[in-house]
Amino acid sequence: MWLFLVTEIMFFGGMFAAYLIYRLSYYNAWVAGSQTMEIKLGAINTAVLICSSLTMVMAVHSAKLGNRKLTSICLILTLVLGFAFLGVKAVEYHGHWVHHEVPGPNFHFEHEGNYDPRNVSIFFSLYFAMTGMHAFHMIIGAGLLTWLLIANARGRFSPEYNSPVEMVGLYWHFVDLIWIYLFPLLYLISHHHNG
Amino acid sequence: MTTEHAHPTVKTFVAVWAALLVLTALTVFVATLNLGPFNAIVALTIATVKALLVLLFFMELRYSTALTKVAVISAVFFLMLLAGLTLSDYMTRGWSSYINPFR
Repeated sequence: MWLFLVTEIMFFGGMFAAYLIYRLSYYNAWVAGSQTMEIKLGAINTAVLICSSLTMVMAVHSAKLGNRKLTSICLILTLVLGFAFLGVKAVEYHGHWVHHEVPGPNFHFEHEGNYDPRNVSIFFSLYFAMTGMHAFHMIIGAGLLTWLLIANARGRFSPEYNSPVEMVGLYWHFVDLIWIYLFPLLYLISHHHNG
Repeated sequence: MTTEHAHPTVKTFVAVWAALLVLTALTVFVATLNLGPFNAIVALTIATVKALLVLLFFMELRYSTALTKVAVISAVFFLMLLAGLTLSDYMTRGWSSYINPFR
């Protein structure tokens, strides 16, 4: 599982490197794009994910102790928090859509600053690629959690055998980890800068 | 994966969770100040502290085998290599204006 996560780090790493280079190249456009982000929604989602990581870790912990009921409760909580994250993300995406911030023929961006709107389009392309890939990982995670819930309900896990819970836990925390970096990079670091 | 090692307690998990929330609030607060280039430095430092907390305690890397730790460290190393070599290309394409090679 760790080896898989290492490959995942490199997968996301490519996008982070692209982000880094374009930010250095088109700094003003990056600032302008970043300032349209809703910090409040991003912060709420960060908190939601952190809470879901706690419930996940509690699920793993209780599975190791053989507490089936508590494992189920924690898995359900994790799943609910995961969907809460995706819900908030959908609200944000909808906002970008109505504000014509989705790259493509309908992209239209007019804010103060000295930049080329086409470069802001690159910012939004990367924004959607990174958060979209992250959300896709969350959806896979939700599927895995559902699978764990069914297996747990059937009594598949015990203090001797609980690796699936532990592995999905690692995956879930990894997805949280990616968001920990996405949040400051996309929402925070240019908030008070002048483009 | 190994069951014989010491395992963190619920108390540890809750403490880490609280620390992560406090750090999130802190990084959002810092974003409301204009610190110039230090906004990025502070935000990424806080993010890295949060990442370490998640890795060490939630992902139980602290209690893992040396092999697992080496695997994770190698990932970080190759990530640095990826960013470092890419940047050393882009940043040196025009030495006269190396901050913005596209200018």
